[in-house]
Amino acid sequence: MTSTRTALASPARAEQRTDLLRQMLLIRRFEERCVELYSAARIRGFMHLYIGEEAVAAGVMAALTPADAVVSTYRDHGHALARGVSAEKIMAEMYGRVTGCSRGRGGSMHLFDAATRFYGGNAIVGGGLPVAVGLALADAMAQRPVVTACFFGDGAVAEGEFHECLNLSALWRLPVLFCCENNLYAMGTAIARAQAVTDLARRAASYGLTADAVDGMDVEAVADAAGAAVQSVRAGEGPRFLELQTYRFRAHSMYDSDRYRDKAEIAEWRKRDPIDMLVARMREERQLDDGALAAIEDEVRRQTDAAVQFAEESPDEPIGDLTRFVYAERGGAR
Amino acid sequence: MSTMTYREAMREAIRDAMRSDDRVFLMGEDVGRYGGCFGVSLGLLEEFGPERIRDTPLSESAFVGAGIGAALGGMRPIVEIMTVNFSLLALDQILNNAATLRHMSGGQFGVPLVIRMTTGAGRQLAAQHSHSLEGWYAHIPGLRALAPATVADARGMLATALDDPDPVLIFEHGTLYNVSADVPEHPPSDIDHAAIRRPGRDITLIAYGGTVRTALAAADQLATDGIEAEVVDLRTLRPLDDATIMDSVRRTHRVIVIDEGWRTGSLAAEVTARIVEKEFYELDAPVTRVCSAEVPIPYAAHLEQAALPQPDQVRAVAGELVGSDG
Repeated sequence: MTSTRTALASPARAEQRTDLLRQMLLIRRFEERCVELYSAARIRGFMHLYIGEEAVAAGVMAALTPADAVVSTYRDHGHALARGVSAEKIMAEMYGRVTGCSRGRGGSMHLFDAATRFYGGNAIVGGGLPVAVGLALADAMAQRPVVTACFFGDGAVAEGEFHECLNLSALWRLPVLFCCENNLYAMGTAIARAQAVTDLARRAASYGLTADAVDGMDVEAVADAAGAAVQSVRAGEGPRFLELQTYRFRAHSMYDSDRYRDKAEIAEWRKRDPIDMLVARMREERQLDDGALAAIEDEVRRQTDAAVQFAEESPDEPIGDLTRFVYAERGGAR
Repeated sequence: MSTMTYREAMREAIRDAMRSDDRVFLMGEDVGRYGGCFGVSLGLLEEFGPERIRDTPLSESAFVGAGIGAALGGMRPIVEIMTVNFSLLALDQILNNAATLRHMSGGQFGVPLVIRMTTGAGRQLAAQHSHSLEGWYAHIPGLRALAPATVADARGMLATALDDPDPVLIFEHGTLYNVSADVPEHPPSDIDHAAIRRPGRDITLIAYGGTVRTALAAADQLATDGIEAEVVDLRTLRPLDDATIMDSVRRTHRVIVIDEGWRTGSLAAEVTARIVEKEFYELDAPVTRVCSAEVPIPYAAHLEQAALPQPDQVRAVAGELVGSDG
């Protein structure tokens, strides 16, 4: 992993940091608004917050191009926002509106967006990995220099599909970047209570691919690691695995009373808040002052306000359209 | 017109598809060097190479899911699963992804994937290779399920399935691979309709896949009893062709549904319910089912045969139904 902290504070570096900060703040503020809206019953269903893990999405997405593909999990707001799915469409989706990025059929856990090659929003733990392998297979067979970034949590490493997919993609040297967000808990089960070997990068490496563990609270470390990994994958060197060590500050979902975690543990991780860490670093290197930070906060607030307004004003899909899109529409009824 | 086996018909269909469309490839366990568990893909590796005839690890979930992903990525994969029993290892991918993605994504992503698998009993392969779970798949919106029962359908259905923008499952009954028949040069490739395999006025025998032969054998026997049975081959298990079924019911007024699946919650139950809902007043006798015994399919030949629908059973039931006043 190359160190960015020692790099000179060039204007380009400052600009990249500002972009990463903006992405992370957008995710944070957007989700804080989601909590309010959930309490107000504007959003329903299962909703899983990404707060605390923003550096992972912001850092990895910064390494991708628009032609690349992304496969996400049910904790997908951060991935979608960082990938460039519009905040309006995401919020409208959570409202169940026809203007939502999945026409209200998916909700919080199933955000999809063809324009940004965002393939969900998968709520079966581990279920997205085979799809990512297949997307990469199509690219490899068509000889397109495209990378598929596949996100999943530490819980997925216990699933059979994880092992099948690492084996298959390594065997066929497919262009997949496996991004394991290790937040130490599979819902309420601590990793050491569920996995005999908790060094996830080591387990991934056993399939014959390069696997690195990365500080997932340091957005620049994530961006650098992802950049190097994407470059290798795109060059046809086979899949790579990143274990992004992170932590969710909130409960697993809105239904979770978070009884299984020590408050002191949460407080300890909060000291390494990815946003605070980047802000401190930028201030120290005189790349950010109060005015600039306030301007970013304003911009993010406007985006979030606009998203809520869009969702509030959007129509529901007519019930008559309920059974559309079960099959492709070809003129005739099926 | 040429004579070929069901196995050769499937192989020719795959060969044609691969020759005419670069996006088509075949993937599954032992489809390459081995030539396919049941010999369907024998010789295709030599013609198309390992990029397009892909041997996979024993990872049903990964390679079926990879087929889904490749279809999303613009390819037209044919995924072979050795048997329907093994497909359960990929059921998550088939149900939660293949069948669901289009709707859950609000119409943005389709999965033009074909999954072929063997189904059914009769070869003394015991419980973990012999079940008929097509009915479970026919339960799932978002999928299309086909059961080619004839050599012509084995030859003709694949191309149409590959043209379909949605996932299509093809169930090949294991006892059919060696069946031989003349196949027209351009066989019918419709995958929307059931077919009348034998016309008759006294009773309708509804069957699919492996039980079509059971129904035809029963119809032969019934003819000697003076009963003219009509045999309907469902061909497509989802969506069901209600029109052909109901037309036949209105002609004969008596129905037996023959299904190698277990009776409880079976496809036969669905067909029966539809007939009762739509044509109750046309019926002169209760709709009756001949299904497999509700046991895991056993190994011993006599037990296995006792578990499966037999022509004699159909004949006996038909005799009772036609004999009833209605």
